[in-house]
Amino acid sequence: MKSSICLRRMKVNQKGIIRIVGGQGEMGRRIRDMGLVPGVDIQVVGRAPLNDPVALRLRDFTLTLRNNEADYIFVETDDENP
Amino acid sequence: MKTPKSKITIALTGNPNSGKTTLFNALTGSRQHVGNYPGITVEKKEGYFETAQHVLHFVDLPGTYSLTAYSQEELVARNYMIREKPDLVVDVVNSASLERNLYLALQILELGAPLILALNMMDEVRKKGMTLDTLLLEQRMGCRVVETVARQGKGKQELIETIISLRTRKDERRSPLRISYGPDLDPVLNEMAAIIQETGFMTDTYPARWLALKYLESDEQIISEGRERSLETSNRLEGAANDVAEHCMKTLKTYPEAIIADYRYGFISSLLKDVVTRDQQRQRIEMSDQVDKFLTHRMLGPLFMIFVLYMVYSLTFLVGDIPLSLIEDFFGWLGDAVRAVMPDGLLQSLLASGIIDGVGAVLSFVPLLMIIFFCIAFLEDSGYMARVAYMLDRVFSYFGLHGCSIMPFIVSGGIAGGCAVPGIMAARTLRSPREKLATILTAPFMTCGAKLPVFLLLAAIFFPANQALALFMITVLAWASALLVSKLLRSTIIRGPATPFVMELPPYRLPTLRGLMIHTWERTWQYIKKAGTIILAISILIWAAMTFPQLPEERLAYYDSQSVILEGDLASLPGDSDVNEKMDEILSQREQIEFSLAGEQLAYSYAGRTGTFLEPVSSWAGFDWRINIALVGGFAAKEVIISTLGTAYSLGAVDEDDPVSLAGRIQQDPDWDTKRAVSLIIFVMLYAPCFVAVVAIARESGSWKWAGFAMVFNTVFAFGFSTAVYQTLKFFI
Repeated sequence: MKSSICLRRMKVNQKGIIRIVGGQGEMGRRIRDMGLVPGVDIQVVGRAPLNDPVALRLRDFTLTLRNNEADYIFVETDDENP
Repeated sequence: MKTPKSKITIALTGNPNSGKTTLFNALTGSRQHVGNYPGITVEKKEGYFETAQHVLHFVDLPGTYSLTAYSQEELVARNYMIREKPDLVVDVVNSASLERNLYLALQILELGAPLILALNMMDEVRKKGMTLDTLLLEQRMGCRVVETVARQGKGKQELIETIISLRTRKDERRSPLRISYGPDLDPVLNEMAAIIQETGFMTDTYPARWLALKYLESDEQIISEGRERSLETSNRLEGAANDVAEHCMKTLKTYPEAIIADYRYGFISSLLKDVVTRDQQRQRIEMSDQVDKFLTHRMLGPLFMIFVLYMVYSLTFLVGDIPLSLIEDFFGWLGDAVRAVMPDGLLQSLLASGIIDGVGAVLSFVPLLMIIFFCIAFLEDSGYMARVAYMLDRVFSYFGLHGCSIMPFIVSGGIAGGCAVPGIMAARTLRSPREKLATILTAPFMTCGAKLPVFLLLAAIFFPANQALALFMITVLAWASALLVSKLLRSTIIRGPATPFVMELPPYRLPTLRGLMIHTWERTWQYIKKAGTIILAISILIWAAMTFPQLPEERLAYYDSQSVILEGDLASLPGDSDVNEKMDEILSQREQIEFSLAGEQLAYSYAGRTGTFLEPVSSWAGFDWRINIALVGGFAAKEVIISTLGTAYSLGAVDEDDPVSLAGRIQQDPDWDTKRAVSLIIFVMLYAPCFVAVVAIARESGSWKWAGFAMVFNTVFAFGFSTAVYQTLKFFI
């Protein structure tokens, strides 16, 4: 069974495919402009020293966002017990 | 007869970190001009390239990821392309992440702007084991594609040829690209575009379908402009947009703008099919990611960051000290030469005490500043600065700021030696008005290049063994003040929720020397220009304030008569060696008289009167009237503090034959001690921003109210802090 979890809960080095991107207005637009849209492969590549923000690898570049923003993004991971 | 060359205007656009500025530098060399867009303060860089028949006029638009109205930069880039209608638009893309970079290109094509795609960083693409089918991309995009490696200047010639050939063929304006946005949006888009065509609604400026798209994206700028043009048509379009938004929410649980982004990225994916091929074997973990495992590591990352910042100081002091003292000596010599050559009088005093001492004090810091600017440029261009923002965001957001506040803070002097004016301007990348305001108001606490000389001077005198440590502590204190005041502001007068932190971590790159030099020179030149204009004027003004009004006749006559008596005594001495003691006594008496004359003159002047007037209050923090003069001058520009101290002490000095540097004079003065130095450092660090910065605050915050607030609040805060420290230190020192 494939599971869909919130990006905030993903671990470093975990991979997945974005399924839902919520968020509207300025923040939603900013997230989408950077290429975070459903169907995209991502990998969490790191977390800042205080666990926030999180760094993602997608579309051949690295992006950072805060956990508050990660809450709008749900990811389907291969991992069964994340 | 020579025919005039034809001018081609080319807008250069692209994502941040795509090498756009490097390409701009490669194309235009040193023929650049930096200005501002009218009305706003986004930097406008222009440059020229001349061929036999053409003048290519390049305009470097601000780097953006998209053309929404998300930030002022995006608005500037978009409006330039729409309103100024450049002959061509060159979109510089990072070919190593083509997918995201084409998102901007697509929007430019939707605008109908004549586009050339510059596929930059082709070397990185090859290194990654990727290949790009440029011809196929060109076919599918319907625009010319040129491969470049900007940092090596590769592809530059081809790009110029392409620009000229497109221009010579005089292509008619291309029709805007039409992307399908799917069964939910396409019908309504067509319907809205029809309304727009029919009523001629803003069609003189924008393509119809593009306008309709912006209404669906609820783009604030376009909608408010539309309402002004025709409220009726705008209402119809807004109504249609709202209906489809409701429909999307009900049936798909999503927003039109989300669907638009999805389809744009979908369109790009199909564009890139077979264009990008990856060598699976050579898929390797990125070097940058490997490096980041160490540089942004939980423990090692912050340690390394502190180490890097500290190294910047050490380097600055190690290397910068030599030219610094050379230039200081030069201006000291120049002042003496003027004093020796010119007859005593007002003109000599103006030149030597006013202009040379004042401007010399400012210019002597140029080598030091160049090293610091060079280091900052290196950290920025290498990509490390973005990591610093990433690591610090959690802390910054706690204080109501944003990881991106790091840039304004560092440019303002977070690493000692910046300037609050470009710092305040750098805050423009912060979209949220609240974080931006908090950043703008607290960035001037940082150690800018103008305050740095004061700190350097005092550190050298009072902490000679620990200069670097003292400077480091000063920087830490500046940061702590900025953060705490920001927290205070964000929880009182500028309350509100945080803005998103969505930022790219660009791969680490070795900066080009040329790029570093240009950055360094631009900032240094700003400083020198300030020294030559504002500071020069203020130096003269302050010299005048310290020279006029002259002492009343009877006082001058009194001093004259005193020295005449001593001269007489001196002349009446017999010429033999026994009376040397007597002669020394007379000479020292004469010195005393000259000293009290100079002192009385300064105290009698306008500046002296102001300083004395403030002394009863300022003495709580340990400042005498001379320091007060300098601090009042510092309202105009912080550079003036050091030059005024220089002038104040040189005017008050006696021994013109033995010029002692300002540092020497302070060192010999018994009134100066460590507690006064510490108190002065704190006051200078925190009090009202300089006049130019105040103007920048007013412009960036959009209100003089905030500029006034910064002046009053900062001064009161600084004085309270200094007084507290001074009074406390009294118990220990």
